[in-house]
Amino acid sequence: MSETVTALNGAVWSKGIATITEAPLQGMITLRGDLSISAIKKAAKTATGMAVPGPGKATVDGDTGLCWMSPDEILVLCPYSQVAETLDKMTAVLAKTHALAVDVSDARAVFQVSGPLARDVMAKLAPVDFSADAFAPGMFRRSRMAQVAAAFWMPDADRFQIVCFRSQSQYMFDLLKVAAQPGSEIQKP
Amino acid sequence: MLPPVPRPDNMSTRLATHGRLLNKDRAVRFSFNGKQLKGFEGDTLASALLANDQMLVGRSFKYHRPRGIVAAGPEEPNALVNLGVDGKFEPNQRATTTELFDGLLATSQNHWPSLEFDVGAVNAKLSRFMPAGFYYKMFIHPRPLWKYIYEPFIRQAAGLGQAPKGRDQDTYEHYYAFCDVLIIGGGIAGLQAAKSAARTGAKVLVLEQTAHWGGRAPVDGGTVDGLPVDKVVDELVSELSGMENVTLRLRTMGAGVYDHGYVLGYERLTDHAPKADGPRHRLWRIRAGHIVTATGAIERPLSFAGNDVPGVMLASAVRDYVVNYGVSAGDRTVVVTNNDDAYRTALALKSAGLNVPVILDARVTPVDSALMAEAKAAGIRVMMGHGVAKVLGGKRVTGVAVCAQAGEGAVLEEIACDAVAMSGGWSPVVHLWSHCGGKLLWDNDFAMFRPDVDKAPKGADGAGFVSPAGAANGHFGLTEIMGDAHAMGQAAAEATGFAAKRGKAPQGESVDEAPMAPVWLMPQGAGVTLRSKSWLDYQNDVKVSDVQLAAQEGFESVEHAKRYTTLGMATDQGKLSNINGLAILSDALNQPIPQTGTTTFRPPYTPISMGAIGGEARGEVFQPIRRTPMHDWHDANGADWEPVGQWRRPYAFVRDGETVHDAVMRETKNTRENLGLLDASTLGKIIVKGPDAGKFLDMLYTNMMSTLKPGKCRYGLMCGENGFLIDDGVVARIDEDTFLCHTTTGGAESIHGHMEEWLQTEWWDWDVYVANVTEQYAQVAVVGPKAREALERLGGMDVSRDALGFMEWADGTLGGFDVRVYRISFSGELSYEIAVRAGQGQAFWDALMAVGADLGVMPYGTEALHILRAEKGFIMIGDETDGTVIPQDLGLHWALSKKKEDYLGKRAHTRSHMADPERWQLVGLETTDGSVLPDGAYAVALGRNANGQKNVQGRVTSSYHSPNLGRGIAMGLVLHGPDRMGEVIEFPGTDGTTYLAKIVSPVFHDPQGEKQNV
Repeated sequence: MSETVTALNGAVWSKGIATITEAPLQGMITLRGDLSISAIKKAAKTATGMAVPGPGKATVDGDTGLCWMSPDEILVLCPYSQVAETLDKMTAVLAKTHALAVDVSDARAVFQVSGPLARDVMAKLAPVDFSADAFAPGMFRRSRMAQVAAAFWMPDADRFQIVCFRSQSQYMFDLLKVAAQPGSEIQKP
Repeated sequence: MLPPVPRPDNMSTRLATHGRLLNKDRAVRFSFNGKQLKGFEGDTLASALLANDQMLVGRSFKYHRPRGIVAAGPEEPNALVNLGVDGKFEPNQRATTTELFDGLLATSQNHWPSLEFDVGAVNAKLSRFMPAGFYYKMFIHPRPLWKYIYEPFIRQAAGLGQAPKGRDQDTYEHYYAFCDVLIIGGGIAGLQAAKSAARTGAKVLVLEQTAHWGGRAPVDGGTVDGLPVDKVVDELVSELSGMENVTLRLRTMGAGVYDHGYVLGYERLTDHAPKADGPRHRLWRIRAGHIVTATGAIERPLSFAGNDVPGVMLASAVRDYVVNYGVSAGDRTVVVTNNDDAYRTALALKSAGLNVPVILDARVTPVDSALMAEAKAAGIRVMMGHGVAKVLGGKRVTGVAVCAQAGEGAVLEEIACDAVAMSGGWSPVVHLWSHCGGKLLWDNDFAMFRPDVDKAPKGADGAGFVSPAGAANGHFGLTEIMGDAHAMGQAAAEATGFAAKRGKAPQGESVDEAPMAPVWLMPQGAGVTLRSKSWLDYQNDVKVSDVQLAAQEGFESVEHAKRYTTLGMATDQGKLSNINGLAILSDALNQPIPQTGTTTFRPPYTPISMGAIGGEARGEVFQPIRRTPMHDWHDANGADWEPVGQWRRPYAFVRDGETVHDAVMRETKNTRENLGLLDASTLGKIIVKGPDAGKFLDMLYTNMMSTLKPGKCRYGLMCGENGFLIDDGVVARIDEDTFLCHTTTGGAESIHGHMEEWLQTEWWDWDVYVANVTEQYAQVAVVGPKAREALERLGGMDVSRDALGFMEWADGTLGGFDVRVYRISFSGELSYEIAVRAGQGQAFWDALMAVGADLGVMPYGTEALHILRAEKGFIMIGDETDGTVIPQDLGLHWALSKKKEDYLGKRAHTRSHMADPERWQLVGLETTDGSVLPDGAYAVALGRNANGQKNVQGRVTSSYHSPNLGRGIAMGLVLHGPDRMGEVIEFPGTDGTTYLAKIVSPVFHDPQGEKQNV
């Protein structure tokens, strides 16, 4: 079987105030259902070993995690190679429950913005308070970045992980480069 | 050798002393109208021009009168210049707010052929024939002349700067900021308010439009808690800089205040350092809990004849130039005032060693105030009860004629001078307070509008979210300013939930001043000759006499008078002229000023760049372009791109030596004869799952979906509630609970939203979940008589007619790829649409190109797709439909279920206009000579309508040249069309020819559908 590629083949840019990287393939499963019922919680736990996070939160460890998308939607992260297996496990748990679990790994692109000024870059594009006391690791936001939909969280203090639609990956990469252009830091050091 | 040029004695020049903002060790070179000039680091363009005796900086808008620098800040009406060249060119830049940099290029505006000699100045001689409303009255008749003669002429003559021709070289950006308390204005009041707010722990953001903190305070002087005010500013800045919860931004103007504490800030990052990296401007999009407008005040001019002669300046500006920039506007400056503050200018000039021949004070006061006494003690002649009858000089002030303020302008004395410093009192800058609905009060003592703090702009909770502070709140003495700023800063923090810290307000010491006297016209009884040379609005050339004429002609509302005279409508939005104009209007209407009211203050405070508004959205990222997984291959293989929504799809793959039309013809023919590949990845794919999924789709589609068997596909139509077609596509039933709905390319997001809306608002109790998986898959249509052979070569699953019949789908593998194959056809040929995961889309495409090489495989684009479907008479959403078309119009009655109790659109279809047999119906159209009908052309009928236009009886909805049929084919909607087969109707084209077309069946190719079913 042919090798699966990301939209931009792992493009990297580091000539500005933060480093922009297209992340490797990431398994993603959209899970829709009533988040308060045990079958859904169990499906999420079976997939990741994690508990369903509360609104605006994400529990992510490496390429495994759960992100709260809406009152009836969770984004399940798992290694790309284990999507089919994970889906099968979830589907088995959900056999008698009204729910929808579907692979969306290839529908998305994932980017990282990293460096001490990563917050500056993000705050130019998303209408979100990115100050350290308002957005921190463990939080998750679905919003927009400039003209496209995006969701993001912080794997650590200096890094953002962004998910957008695959077709908009070139736009997102170019956009992040513009926002991270040299000399564009908000507070000059 | 040339004789030495005599030095005129009325020069503006650089002083040896003073200039607190300058670094005199760093000379800066710049050019104005090609002249090479020198300034210092810290200069504004205006101060540097004055230092070089360039008082004349432009010509006025209407009369082309010579105009000089009037102000020292954003209120400047005259000194607008063109800055830069080519990709850095920008018109209408205020010299007073432009920081000087090495290599700055400026040119003056609105003159021809030169600033010094301007032909348009003849307008000034004709000015008595060009009063307010002149253009409206003069050019209204005859109407056609307006468009062809008057307007082009006026456009040439009017306008200030030129439009840029080069592409802007700079970049811009937005920045989203959040704070508890936003302070707009970094003067002494803003800084104190910031400190008082920040002490509570609130997150504070301070915006200052200039490059310096402190505003006017260091120039005006005074002490706070015994310390000189400039030291107080330094201490405040240093203290605030050290606070974690405070952000200070220089060169960032508060541009507008909007609902819910939303504020736009305009930061000029590299205007003063154009070679620096980074964006030029940054638009701050701020959400603030509470806003403090510490925006200061603006001095008003006085209305006397010749108050626009270069050299007549605001008294505060004259003082600013001396103290801040070490520049004198002239050796001898006459001060004319109606208040005490202008005495500070006289004293500042005197202490700089300059001459003040006289202070003309329009007031008559019983006793001297402290400042009057000080001026007299400094040896300055003070003439109380006097004013300027008129200014002497043309391109430069040479003197003033003195008169009694109470009289009609009889000249008592002429006094030679080089500059006139005028002060008509001060107006608080209430713009940002007012943007979102803050109300104003008329203050009789200071003859000004000030914020009515009890009527603040209100937020969602009904509480005010803006507070004014300091001079912007109508306080002018340091005592009042410091107390007010402290209270307002603290209150702002409290309003956002922070507890005030105990602490006393700093004590400023104010000088007692004599009350000002309102003077709206000088002298009070000025006759028409003087009034028609007394300018109110410098930038739009509006005089006292114009406003009086407007009132006389019935323009009594201030908003009407403004538009009739253009008072306050220029780029400065009347910062100097508004109050003076209102006062004149009120006087003419014989009513008090508050009854006249003000015009509306609208954002932005001063003009902001279009670049800043656009932000990052330019060039590559102007708009998001959506790309399929095979986009790069298409681009490398001749794709002529077509935008479809935000997607780019290949219109055709053009080979060397071909035109686009050639390519389309080749692709269309090859797909019918051999094998075509279409990138169909953009088609919407929506998963609909749940026990109620079938019921849900039965409501969304006009036909029955719940009876579809797993493994099968069905074409469906979707109507909106009003019955009009909104989308179509093939639905595949995946399993008992799950359907996959294909939508049009443009419909993926909107149909997904449509589904969610119904599920969330109306049918919230139905068990259905939907997910948009459009981009999870790359989808390739493999089309043509050799399609099956190509897939068999890839191998892996049975794609024979028996194993995978028409309108069936199956999962399997092909060439090692996991695929889902749909046996559906939008071309009338044997056709498979194959979905693979997007990450393998390109590899799968490559595999198909490889196995198809000797089968004549060719990719085809959207135009070939359109022709193929039109040959089959398949409708296209967006071509045959335009939001007003229902399925019945298109002969799609078969797709309207009669068994279903209800579906979206069903009720609407029973309305009388929808069931009207007169609605135009879909037919095929065949030109009698084989030519191609113009798309969108109308078929004419007999007679004319009420507007005298020919009646119409149909229109073309799609039209192509069919290479397979060798002639033009079209579809159209025609009155009683299906009943008129064979009839020939006329379509006049826009090219003057009339096309004759025969009404035929819309299915031109393989009417039995045998080819797609092999």
